This record gives sequence, C-alpha cells and structure tokens, in this order.
Amino acid sequence: MATVELTFSALPAHVRTARLVATAIARRTGVEESLLDEVRLAVGEACSRAVEAHRLHCPDEPIRIELRDDLGRFEVTVTDAAPSDELEQDRGMLRFDDPLGQLPDTLMSGFGIAVIVGLADDVQVYPSQKGMRIRMSWPAMTNGLPPG
Amino acid sequence: MDLKLDHHSEDRLTIVEVEGEIDVYTAPRLRELLIDLVNKGNFHLLVNMEKVDFLDSTGLGVLVGGLKRVRAHDGSLELVCTQERILKIFRITGLTKVFGIYASVEEAKEVHGRDK
Repeated sequence: MATVELTFSALPAHVRTARLVATAIARRTGVEESLLDEVRLAVGEACSRAVEAHRLHCPDEPIRIELRDDLGRFEVTVTDAAPSDELEQDRGMLRFDDPLGQLPDTLMSGFGIAVIVGLADDVQVYPSQKGMRIRMSWPAMTNGLPPG
Repeated sequence: MDLKLDHHSEDRLTIVEVEGEIDVYTAPRLRELLIDLVNKGNFHLLVNMEKVDFLDSTGLGVLVGGLKRVRAHDGSLELVCTQERILKIFRITGLTKVFGIYASVEEAKEVHGRDK
C-alpha cells in the first residue's frame, strides 16, 4: 500500500494544489482517464468544504489528505478539524428541487457533499464533534501505471 | 489555470465570457462581477462557459446567487455550455432545470430575440 499524505492551511488557494496532486496520483495509480475529472472534482469539493469549515471554526488548523493505492482501488481521505454536527443537519435539509430558495452565494457544505456522492464510486462520510472525515475511492489498476 | 472574466452587451443581453477554473478561490471574482452588472442595471445575463475548465459547487452557488438577483428584477441568467464534464455537475445537482442552457451564444441570442 503506497500512501501520500498532504496537509495544507485552510486557504482557498491551496484547494487547487490538492486537486492537482490528487489527480496526478490517481493517474499514476492507474485510475482510468475517463474518471480523472470525477476524482478532481470530488477531491476539490471535499477540500473546499473543509476549508470553509476551518475558516469558520479553526482557521489555524491544517487540513489533511491521504491518497492511497489500496488493493486495486485509489482511495482519498480528507480530514478536517471543524465540528460537523451542524453541517450534517444542513445536509439533511437540502432540497434540490428548490435550489433558488436555499442556496446562498457561497459554498454550502451539504451541497458539496451531495456532489461528491454523485461523483465518487464509493463514499463514506464520518462527521463528529472533532471534525469530518470524507473517504472516497475509485477503481484502479492493481499495480498502477509504470513509473514515467 | 486562473480565471479570466470579460463582458460586453449586445442589445439588452449582457454576455459574460468566463475562461479557466471556477472554484472556492476564484468564484468570489465571478460573484463580484455578477453583482456589479446587476447593480448597473444589466438584468439579462448570458454566461458563456465554453472555456471553463473546472466548476465546483462554489461556482454553482455563485451562478444561483446571480440568478436570484436578476430574477428580483424580472431578469434572466442563462448559460452557454456544451462540455460534458461541466454539464455533469449541473445534472447531479438538478440545476439543469433551473438554468436555461444553450449550445452557443448565437442560439441563446436567437431565443432572446424571439422572447422580446
């Protein structure tokens, strides 16, 4: 199992870096080209959500991403340190049939998670008072691509 | 790639050209432009997304916010987009039912011309 870990400050500018790293490692791990856009968007959504949550609750704490090549799957875990019970309530109240009535101009955490669920092959969300962990994975070639 | 924004008016339609990535970092610039256009009386907006490489839910939120603003003035905010990877996020979130989405600026202008 090969693992890459990345931590970054809760700044919007770093989300792009996280997306680029995740996409590069997904490609190296052997995720199909047609799925790379989904990886990029899902990782971006998870990191954006974490950045917004940290900026509200704990701006000095870093956000952590683990990227893992695990038995033929590419697995990404994004972990934040912001209490997430309230966010989960928001998520339960989402209504996509009336987005104009509910969506503010800024990112709504539940909206981002819903996008991730629509994109990733397998998603698990673990909210807690100590933070949220989003784990998502996609199929990959068992041995990944040969090193370039 | 960073975000490039431009706009021009044709008749009563304001065309907003967007190029690059719309994410949590760049979306505030698009939001500012949309707010500024509405504040200056531009209530019929057409956002051309053909050169957008990346769009996330923050960007969607900005577009929805813009739509709410123009609708408050009986206006419209519609999109030009044919890229499957961008359309996919609209479909996942159900926003294809909320926005008018055209295949080209010409097509959108034609429909607007008919509606006048």
